Amino acid sequence: MKITQEEVRHVAHLARLEFPEDQIGKFTIQLNDILMYMEMLNALDTKGVEPMTHATVLYNAFRDDEVKPSLGEGESLANAPDPRGQFFRVPRVIE
Amino acid sequence: MELYELTVHELHEKLVSGETTAREVLDAYYRRIEAVEDRVHAYISLMKETAYAQAEEADRSIREGRIGPLTGVPIALKDICCTRGFPTTCASRILENFRPPYDATVVARLRAAGAVFTGKTNMDEFAMGSSTETSYFGVTRNPWDLERIPGGSSGGSAAAVAADECAAAIGSDTGGSIRQPAALCGVVGMKPTYGRVSRFGLVAFASSLDQIGPFTKDVRDCAILMNVIAGHDPRESTSVPVEIPDYRAFLDRSVEGWKIGIPREYFMEGIDPEVRAAVEGAARALEGSGAKLIEVSLPHTKYCVAVYYIIAPAEASSNLARYDGVRYGFRAEDPRDLLEMYKKTRSAGFGAEVKRRIIIGTYVLSSGYYEAYYKKASQVRALIREDFDRVFALCDVILTPTTPTAAFRLGEKLDDPIQMYLSDIFTISANLAGIPGISVPCGFTGEGLPVGVQFLAPHFEEGRLIQIGSALSTLMPREVRRPRL
Repeated sequence: MKITQEEVRHVAHLARLEFPEDQIGKFTIQLNDILMYMEMLNALDTKGVEPMTHATVLYNAFRDDEVKPSLGEGESLANAPDPRGQFFRVPRVIE
Repeated sequence: MELYELTVHELHEKLVSGETTAREVLDAYYRRIEAVEDRVHAYISLMKETAYAQAEEADRSIREGRIGPLTGVPIALKDICCTRGFPTTCASRILENFRPPYDATVVARLRAAGAVFTGKTNMDEFAMGSSTETSYFGVTRNPWDLERIPGGSSGGSAAAVAADECAAAIGSDTGGSIRQPAALCGVVGMKPTYGRVSRFGLVAFASSLDQIGPFTKDVRDCAILMNVIAGHDPRESTSVPVEIPDYRAFLDRSVEGWKIGIPREYFMEGIDPEVRAAVEGAARALEGSGAKLIEVSLPHTKYCVAVYYIIAPAEASSNLARYDGVRYGFRAEDPRDLLEMYKKTRSAGFGAEVKRRIIIGTYVLSSGYYEAYYKKASQVRALIREDFDRVFALCDVILTPTTPTAAFRLGEKLDDPIQMYLSDIFTISANLAGIPGISVPCGFTGEGLPVGVQFLAPHFEEGRLIQIGSALSTLMPREVRRPRL
């Protein structure tokens, strides 16, 4: 096994997800199959190969430091599930 | 011939000459949609109200002689492209009621060209899938056989074009999500070079792989759409400020003297004999017109799927962290505290495949596994790109099958992620390398399912893809076959 049910629960917590207990088993098996498939990469010697992190030539895209209009309050809050005044309301964080 | 059967260039001609009006054209499309949509389900939502306003505006501008390249032409948008004030769901419950405050650049460009938007098309949730079966809003069916999948993730866009529910459509391609459904639905689909089309307003899946492109009924329409959507966008830092040719200039030209690379790794395991025969038929037709076929090798091909399913989920896990139920989208009811709100919102808001990929992505980036997975995959990605650089020194374009098989049955691979992932085996490499690719119809299987041939070209050489696609269409005239709906 590449990944145990316990690890799946831990990674799920990191990703702010949760799974019903009856699904964790099947999910873990599927993840193991996928991670086993990826094992094939270990057959390849990549010593000294520079990792490719982007598909385009790397360069900086600069623009002039000018203030441009941005979204107003109304538009910014229009999709909020629980707006309150100028704010996004969420459950209490600090007791 | 019905209006809805016409290509973009045919429609445009009739509109400009006054033979028909944008309103008549739109009526014809909505009647067609009404007649077939309950069987195909290509759309998540229709934009009727704004479409008629756009059509009226198109008719007015034609009367006044202000004619854009797409004036009055009905076009469908994958529901991953932000449309100002109109729901953009990404086929996910978590964005079910999201109305973007701005248009994607591709949408703004199409608007400016005079296009009329019919609606937003169905897709795999967050573009994660190869069959359009992971949509929160139900499956799309292949117009050629309603028991089969249309491909994915842009399955709704491909099916809408194939079923004549729009004249052309926009999709996005992260590992084949334009080319694979185009092949399975018998239409033309292009993934441009990474950086060619602005991703501003495209809901992000894997930012180093995502690219927007067109679905069309023929290669001429592909050139017309590319002329509209390609180009630098100051709001998108990976869009490249290089000159855009007039892609129509590549149409109707011969490929005599071209060298076409046939990578042996793409004609081996798992390829269906009928698909292989159709693709080889296309190669021979091009050879017959004076192109030279040369065998080439892309030795790291077999690693593409493994590399992709590390890199794409890694990027996705980061991109999808923004769906937290705070600023927009779905929020779970009555959480006890903030942490529970995040977890319940995300767990109820995302479907199984999206969660699977977020977990894989989080895992491969997590401490202790980063080197073994993400770094390793990024190194192999560099080798895959080098393969292409080497081969493009030897040939003008590469020819491959777009998919290993024709459309598979609904449900066939839904419970087997690896089999589903392998259906993208021939398309993923172009996204990893950042090069452009096109899928063009090249025949049918004995059961009457369409087959596509894929051409790949070096960075920013979409013109070559238009040229060879157009040449192939002349050599193998599209069979006058339409889906029976």
